Amino acid sequence: MTEPSVTRISVRGCGIALRRAGAGRPLILLHGAADAGQWLPCMDDLAARHDVIAPEHPGFGASDTPAWLDTIPDLANFYLDLLDQLDLDDIDLVGADLGGWIAAELAVRNPRRLASLTLVAAAGIHVPDVAQTDPFLRSDEQRIRDLFHDPARADETVKRLLRPELEDQNLRNQTTTARLTWQPRGYDPHLAKWLHRIVLPTLVVWGANDKLLPPAYASAWRTLVPDAQLVIVPDCGHLPHVEQPQAFVAALDSFFDRKGAAA
Amino acid sequence: MKVFNFHLMPYRHVDLDAIERNGSAWVTFSNKHYDPEKGAGLYHEYLDQMELADRLGFDGVCLNEHHQTAYGMMPIPGVLAGALARSVKRARLAILGRALPLLNNPLMVAEEYAMLDNLTRGRFIAGFVRGIGAEYHAMGINPAHSQDRFAEAHDLIVRAWTEPGPFQYVGKHYHFNYVNVWPRPWQTPHPPIWIPSQGSGSTIKWAAKMRYTYAQTLSPIAVVARFFQLYRDEADKAGYVPSPDQLAWSNTIYVADTDAKAMREARPHLEALTNRFLKMPTEMLLPPGYSNIDSIKRIRAVKVTGKPQTIEDLVKNGVVIIGSPNTVREKLAEYQDLAGFNTSLTKTQFGTLPDDMTRANMTAIAEEILPHFRDRLPQGIRQAAAE
Repeated sequence: MTEPSVTRISVRGCGIALRRAGAGRPLILLHGAADAGQWLPCMDDLAARHDVIAPEHPGFGASDTPAWLDTIPDLANFYLDLLDQLDLDDIDLVGADLGGWIAAELAVRNPRRLASLTLVAAAGIHVPDVAQTDPFLRSDEQRIRDLFHDPARADETVKRLLRPELEDQNLRNQTTTARLTWQPRGYDPHLAKWLHRIVLPTLVVWGANDKLLPPAYASAWRTLVPDAQLVIVPDCGHLPHVEQPQAFVAALDSFFDRKGAAA
Repeated sequence: MKVFNFHLMPYRHVDLDAIERNGSAWVTFSNKHYDPEKGAGLYHEYLDQMELADRLGFDGVCLNEHHQTAYGMMPIPGVLAGALARSVKRARLAILGRALPLLNNPLMVAEEYAMLDNLTRGRFIAGFVRGIGAEYHAMGINPAHSQDRFAEAHDLIVRAWTEPGPFQYVGKHYHFNYVNVWPRPWQTPHPPIWIPSQGSGSTIKWAAKMRYTYAQTLSPIAVVARFFQLYRDEADKAGYVPSPDQLAWSNTIYVADTDAKAMREARPHLEALTNRFLKMPTEMLLPPGYSNIDSIKRIRAVKVTGKPQTIEDLVKNGVVIIGSPNTVREKLAEYQDLAGFNTSLTKTQFGTLPDDMTRANMTAIAEEILPHFRDRLPQGIRQAAAE
């Protein structure tokens, strides 16, 4: 496994942790509520062809919690500042769960530095009449189990994450998640109105067995973002990039190839 | 000591097994379990009990606010306070309290409380709380904003009561071009402010600094004593000696002829309160952001080891006082001296306790207990502060 460099970078006074490895076109991966602070196997794969950059959001993991942090749009604007500071162009932006929400907000606001957008089980919109679990009324263990289709993966993750030495970190991540997503629960009623402005090549990746945001959400994103392509990953819960990394990377590679051919 | 009759107004006809099956009487416990016929009866029964408390000589009556639960039927306590403002003739009337962060417009509490203060000609006591974690699930308010919204709403309400309007208010959560509350409160500068809490250190410190009465909810007396000492220490730092009236212990008292009879009679009703009506999972009680991480960890650690509480546990730990008149007098005096409070917020109805037993309990307290405490101040090391 490639060891990413872990650096700390300050953006207008807010320090965040940032993992980075590989070379090629920049690919930025925005994590979700449940997978902050990890260098995942899929990132390793992608680093063979990309300059993979995985920041930890303000309020999560080893990053600062700035006084201005209230909403997902705050983070979208923060990342626009970060892109300017890193002076990167032609970026493939990938966001999962609330990271997908940030990515969509960012792309609506200013796509200038982006080459493409990939939304992985993205939060941020509401689809009526879809049965969903309320993560804030689940125990710590249930909340982790809800993420996975494969119970063995859930077992392993429960063991890894629910250690006493990680309790402070987990509580801090949950607190920031609540701050950003409690009300309305996991979406912004104003986002869907403007998704038509996303003119980037867009890929939507979804687990067929996602319990948090069932695949009806994938269809809604495909409808709302013009010309978005959709890949449903079989035998997969809410974290395709974690639970089915090979299928996830294959979907991305295929998307980037077709996009390259079209350009 | 001043003794208030504190009512939670539980839906006491509830199917306790249904609560057990649901895991909680809060938020997810379906309102199909509420029968309006029975509920209406309870409202009148409980209001009658509050009026009886007034006639029996209790110093005040207390209401509070909880949402979407069988635990208490007072989502809008001002409705009941309005009903009592004219029928409770002598006693003080307290709402302990309104949960300020749940409100999108705190000026409505400034208005409601000012009306009650006028209606009662200054017998009103204004309680402010954050609400327990479950309310944030029930009312769709972000728990991560709870402390900020409480502080802002409190400041806005006090300013609305004390500064001539109209003035502009610009906060982070609340914004008003015109703050100009009619009516103004009857009392000057405003009704007494009481702060009930489960024992948050920052709340106790703030209440002491502000010279507000601090009310400690459902806790063992040794813990209560520690919290009250923290209040006195903080008052000392702020340069004053608090009156013991500023420390209010929220308790439950049940009196019968003998200790054994009192225990036998109170048991099912008290255990229904602690093991059914109060039961909720940790994630409902402590949503992320509701308290700082150290407080959440501390409360979670206690919850994990928490097992069903028997009446014996509650009596032994001094959470409640149950017994013969003599036992109750002894315990109440002992606890008053230990913790140094001079205000008792006493639940005389609790859990499923029916009307006849509640009235008998209230009457026994009025006849056998209150006269002995009317002029009693905390004794011993606390006395200096009381004088």
